[in-house]
Amino acid sequence: MKISDLIALLKERLRDVIVGIEEMPNNDVMLEIKRHDLLPVLTTLKKDKELGFISFTNQLGVDYGDSFAVIYNLYSFALGNKLTVKVFLEKDNPEVDSVERLFRGANWFERETYDLLGIRFKGHGNLERLLLPSDWEGYPLRKDYVYPEEYHGMALKRKTLFEE
Amino acid sequence: MTEFLSDEMVLNMGPHHPSTHGVLRFILQTDGEMMRRAIPDVGFLHRGIEKIAELLPYQAFMPYTDRIDYLASICCNFGYALTVERLAQIEVPEKAEYLRVISAELTRIGSHFVGLGALLLDLGAVTPFVHALREREVYNDLMESLCGARLTHNYVRIGGVSYDEPPGFREKTRRFIDHIEYEFLDEFNELASFNTIFINRMKNVGVITAEDAIEHSLVGPNLRGSGVKHDIRKNDPYSIYNRFNFDIPVGHGKFGTMGDCYDRYWVRVEEVMESCRIIRQALELMPETGPVRTKLPRVFKPPKGEIYVRTECPRGEMGFYLISDGGKNPYRLKIRTGSFSAAAMIGEVSQGVMVADLVTIIGSFDVVAPEIDR
Amino acid sequence: MHNLAEIIYQFLAGRFGQSALLEPVFTLAAYLIPCIVALSLVSVISGLLTYFERKVSADIQNRIGPNRVGPYGIFQFIADGVKLLMKEDIIPDAADRFLFRIAPYIVLSSTFLAVIVVPFGGPFIIADLDIGLIFIVVVSSLVVVGFLMSGWASNNKWALLGGIRSAAQMISYEIPAALSLLTVILITGTFSMQQIVMKQGPWPWDWFIFHNPFTFVAFFLFMISGLAEINRLPFDFPEAESELVSGYNTEYSGMRFGIFFLAEFANIFVSASITATVFLGGGNIGLDPYTSGIAPQLFMVLVFFAKVVPLCFVTIWVRWSLPRLRLDQMMSMCWKYFIPLSFSCLVLTALWLLAFNGNGVFWRISG
Repeated sequence: MKISDLIALLKERLRDVIVGIEEMPNNDVMLEIKRHDLLPVLTTLKKDKELGFISFTNQLGVDYGDSFAVIYNLYSFALGNKLTVKVFLEKDNPEVDSVERLFRGANWFERETYDLLGIRFKGHGNLERLLLPSDWEGYPLRKDYVYPEEYHGMALKRKTLFEE
Repeated sequence: MTEFLSDEMVLNMGPHHPSTHGVLRFILQTDGEMMRRAIPDVGFLHRGIEKIAELLPYQAFMPYTDRIDYLASICCNFGYALTVERLAQIEVPEKAEYLRVISAELTRIGSHFVGLGALLLDLGAVTPFVHALREREVYNDLMESLCGARLTHNYVRIGGVSYDEPPGFREKTRRFIDHIEYEFLDEFNELASFNTIFINRMKNVGVITAEDAIEHSLVGPNLRGSGVKHDIRKNDPYSIYNRFNFDIPVGHGKFGTMGDCYDRYWVRVEEVMESCRIIRQALELMPETGPVRTKLPRVFKPPKGEIYVRTECPRGEMGFYLISDGGKNPYRLKIRTGSFSAAAMIGEVSQGVMVADLVTIIGSFDVVAPEIDR
Repeated sequence: MHNLAEIIYQFLAGRFGQSALLEPVFTLAAYLIPCIVALSLVSVISGLLTYFERKVSADIQNRIGPNRVGPYGIFQFIADGVKLLMKEDIIPDAADRFLFRIAPYIVLSSTFLAVIVVPFGGPFIIADLDIGLIFIVVVSSLVVVGFLMSGWASNNKWALLGGIRSAAQMISYEIPAALSLLTVILITGTFSMQQIVMKQGPWPWDWFIFHNPFTFVAFFLFMISGLAEINRLPFDFPEAESELVSGYNTEYSGMRFGIFFLAEFANIFVSASITATVFLGGGNIGLDPYTSGIAPQLFMVLVFFAKVVPLCFVTIWVRWSLPRLRLDQMMSMCWKYFIPLSFSCLVLTALWLLAFNGNGVFWRISG
């Protein structure tokens, strides 16, 4: 489906909740929605017969400095289109509904985002650190993250690479 | 976490268990040989590549992409270069495109050889693994003649590739793929793939339906093994893949149920043949001479923007979500890898199987640990 | 019955004369020397087999194999043995130290007991017991005790799983192995290994494998169950390195591991020599092993080894070309197919002997 057609279709289906919709490079559509709309919107995108965004390809969290964002990349086998859904979160309370029940593949993605950015997913069954040790402090992908000097007596800081 | 029955024991498989392909750890709840569940524990190879990307200029990050999936480093290079090029709208010379495709498909062959061989090694057959590595050695030599490295190639650059083909490269490559397609694969299948014991070990084990595979975000050969005909090279073509004529092999229950371990294995074997077809066509079409690299400014700053590009790696689609703030470093780079979802899936499909089957399932997903953790 | 201990005793008594003082010395020598002979035979043969296996596997896998120590690397096994001897002997803290220490010896001793009744052709047999074949079946099942002990004593879950697997596997496969050996016993009417050899002839049609169709089947049943008995691929469940790390010997290092290794390779030899003796005529060249001269006797040894080495080669060949079965597949193969088959072979051989008056298929040719 052509990008303009997809944008029109999305505008029709999700009239009330769209905060912004625009074309992205690489034949992609960026759909921005509010935080509390996330679960209903993704449910519509997945369950709608015509849209059919059943493939959850990617999820990431971003620290934009003054706010956090969670970005979902979906793919529709029926349309052959990609869709990027973006949700902005407040800096001091980064929390969003978990889509793990909707897309079971989101389980580890959400754990990873929680692990590295500290964004909490409400309703996730097992929100624990995935990659880092469970007693690690801080969230490394945040822009204000300060590297710890040591971890259990092991020196971590390498001056040459990270000093700037 | 979960309640234990009185006759259960907890087994710690990994991180240095012989068949966990790198450093992966599984916590098994077993009742003798029968397993109740396996909980994957990843993160032993987490190197923070996504954080490193934020600290380095665009070009300087290229060698790190080699280390995402060290068995298929060119494919990772390719994906990252493509992402930056699409964002900055850089034109890539014609010849560089062909060299990229040829090297990426060669890498797919080399990577699948390790995957297939390691699976057989997990099932106790050592010889097919050694034979597969013997052929991979030829691939290593080819890549060495192309870019000087044998494992972490760092061959693709933003805006092209690092070197032109060396003299005799086409001839050697053609000989290699002829040998693979017409001699080696037949020999390998006779030795391993059609062995009755092997088929009995693989069929009807770890069955994943097409719906489940999509639901769990499986990608690449693991998704196609469940019968979903989806390949980024065809469905969302990048580079010059739309110029070639090739098929997407899918699992169809060759010996057992559709989506079992054997289907995932067989899809990989067929993919090797398809890669050979692509390379043969690319060698025909590749221009004799021409530039292989676009000149980039010394301080390279792509425009502000966000982009998500997916490429088809040997272990499934590799997506790069790049956010640029117009500076010389990426603002945020997220790398989505095939092994990540596959590792999550292992825990799901391995409920109630035998310990020996878990080994089969891990092998059939062809998981590479650094790709999970990045 | 031929017995090396008795021969040594008679020789010493004849040389130095009977006396109450020397009697205990003679007895000691008479029992010690055969032991030493058996042990050194086991070590040398299994050492050579490791070299053989490495060379064959290298050939199968397009490698070169050992080629540094001695001509064509033939002394590699000595170098390996020295290395294993010099390694630190580690016993895990939580292990049952006593059981952990003695388990390798139990495994080795069972193999080494089996070697006692193996006829190497001609008069070369350590003791020709009249229950020879039964003796082998009995002592070879002692291995299970050693494996279970090592699995339990290591205090490691993988080792324990390996020990339990080996017990399940070896006890199961003992039945088809013993039943298929019994088909031959029906023909010979004796368990003595030398007698079994002597009842066959030098030519293939004299061998028991071609005696009747059922011994032919029994031969293959025994070959496959033998593979399972000695834990070789496709039945190497107790140590399945990709599943159980290294199975029962996970925690062993140094010479204790070496002893397990030695026993494994000696088992290949024992299994091959039983097959050669029982089904393929052993070292029989048509002459009496005891009364003929030294040259024919040595030729009998040559014939015996000419049959054993190809059998060992088949064992190694199978290992390096097949993947492993799954535990339940292995068990169902034994209980659903092998035991009924071997049992019907036994019954049908008995019927054959009854019907044809004890003669084989080729009885007219062989006269």
